[in-house]
Amino acid sequence: MAGPVFLGIGTLATLWPFVDQMNPDATAVALASTEVDLSPIETGQAITVMWRGKPVFVRNRTEEEVQQARDTDVSDLPDPATDASRVKEEHSNWLVMVGICTHLGCIPKGQKLGDVKGEFGGWFCPCHGSHYDTSGRIRKGPAPTNLAVPDYEFLADDRIKIG
Amino acid sequence: MSGHADTYQPVGPVSKWLDKRLPIGRMMHNQFVDFPTPKNLNYMWTFGGILMFCLIVQIVTGIVLAMHYVAAESMAFDSVQHIKRNVNYGWLIQPLHAVGASMFFVAVYLHIFRGLYYGSYKAPREVLWILGVFIFLAMMATAFLGYTLPWGQMSFWGVTVITNLFSAIPFVGESIVTWLWGGYSVTGVTLNRFFSLHYLLPFVIFGLVILHVWALHVAGQNNPTGVEPRSASETVPMSPYAVLKDVFALVVFVILFAWFVFFAPDYLGHADNYIPADPLVTPAHIVPEWYFLPFYAILRAVPDKLGGVILMFAAIAVLLFIPWLDTSRVRSTKFRPIYKWFFWLWAFSAVALGYLGAMPAEGAYVTWARIFTFIYFAHFLLVMPIVGVIETPKNLPRSISEAVLRRDSGSGVGFGDAVPASPEKR
Repeated sequence: MAGPVFLGIGTLATLWPFVDQMNPDATAVALASTEVDLSPIETGQAITVMWRGKPVFVRNRTEEEVQQARDTDVSDLPDPATDASRVKEEHSNWLVMVGICTHLGCIPKGQKLGDVKGEFGGWFCPCHGSHYDTSGRIRKGPAPTNLAVPDYEFLADDRIKIG
Repeated sequence: MSGHADTYQPVGPVSKWLDKRLPIGRMMHNQFVDFPTPKNLNYMWTFGGILMFCLIVQIVTGIVLAMHYVAAESMAFDSVQHIKRNVNYGWLIQPLHAVGASMFFVAVYLHIFRGLYYGSYKAPREVLWILGVFIFLAMMATAFLGYTLPWGQMSFWGVTVITNLFSAIPFVGESIVTWLWGGYSVTGVTLNRFFSLHYLLPFVIFGLVILHVWALHVAGQNNPTGVEPRSASETVPMSPYAVLKDVFALVVFVILFAWFVFFAPDYLGHADNYIPADPLVTPAHIVPEWYFLPFYAILRAVPDKLGGVILMFAAIAVLLFIPWLDTSRVRSTKFRPIYKWFFWLWAFSAVALGYLGAMPAEGAYVTWARIFTFIYFAHFLLVMPIVGVIETPKNLPRSISEAVLRRDSGSGVGFGDAVPASPEKR
């Protein structure tokens, strides 16, 4: 019994470095958080910033967009979440999300003014047809979950830190 | 078939000396010169040799390209252009490799089609068939990894979409994707490891091919009648008969190959791959290379992420089980009056899925993709088991010789009727 156990543990311990070397290296893990200056973003505009090699959508939503997001019946959603749970109190016009479609990782359209925004006025992923609303929640299409909200905090009224 | 008489006669002292120590000449003679092949093989049986040619072309051109290619995020795209423009004969060698991948799939799809039509997966060739499915899988992995290397927009977003398939796995999916990427998104780190694996897999394929050929030479070749040869008079030696036929088909195949290389090297690719990879802009339509389109259509036909991924992999995995799903007692579809219709419906569906995979995933395209996906799977899971039981096959010829000599349409026997005889027809 001791022999096979010894051999098994030794084999796994030897294999592990060869598996783990493929995980993100120290430079990828150490990537610092990103600070974003919100002051130049007018109401209705959106910018895309990079964080950990991923695009992050920062949108200054209009009154109608916020209202539309709040008025949605949460129980009908594929991935139920209230608009309030996806924004910070006092800053509910600001929507900050990882801009990667939760289906297969494309970048949804909807950041630029001329972009197709989908049937719910938020974002539309052209790869496989997922529609997101003005709260970044999945409404129609193959994506299983809402656009992810990263950890972030307001350092001031016009400045956030992501990560 | 492997039990045929050993007629090898070593010539000269070196051959005799070697034959006592490593009888490789004897093996080559018995397996590839004197090997008995059914005398009624049609041109659909030439794709094995053509595929061997394709594998060698890919390995030789690939090794050469690796001497000039740089697998780094900032240089990969430019280094491919550098190969095409500046490297001596790079204008020839790079398209040979890129077009070669497509030609490889043309040949393998016809080869698989042949196996399905003539029931080559049925006993005693189950292991031979299963090894073939593994070769096909390894080919798909290699082609996918290779397509990332030019690091254009389609390369980048193709990798993103395909690696994200693994994120559908419950609980561990995200960790697996991060592990594959070596980061939190697709980066140059990902490119570098894909290059390493792209170089490795062809040699894995080569090993599998040796096993595939070994299994073939144990069971012997199937033939258009699906009736096993009864005597030596129903077979001919592989050389020169089958070899010359293979060479002729190969020449025709190479003409088509060369036409693409010299006159339309980019025809089978996608124009967006001439735009360097940009992690912030997704192309309007992400489409894989043509040979993945049927599977891509199946992926998109399902409105659920995990379901789509499972169905896409199942489309290939189901092939592993068809030796047992097909309950018919005859091999060749020629002698199966009912199954024949279902077979062609399946073939049409597979091609139709390829077309739908290239179209946007919306409206009627999705509806049709669902219909054809249903037919694709129903063929293996319903038609094969059920029709095999209820159908009365036509009378089989008593032997290959009888089939060759009779050749009347009543029994449906003859060279290459019902199937295209030349490789360029699809």
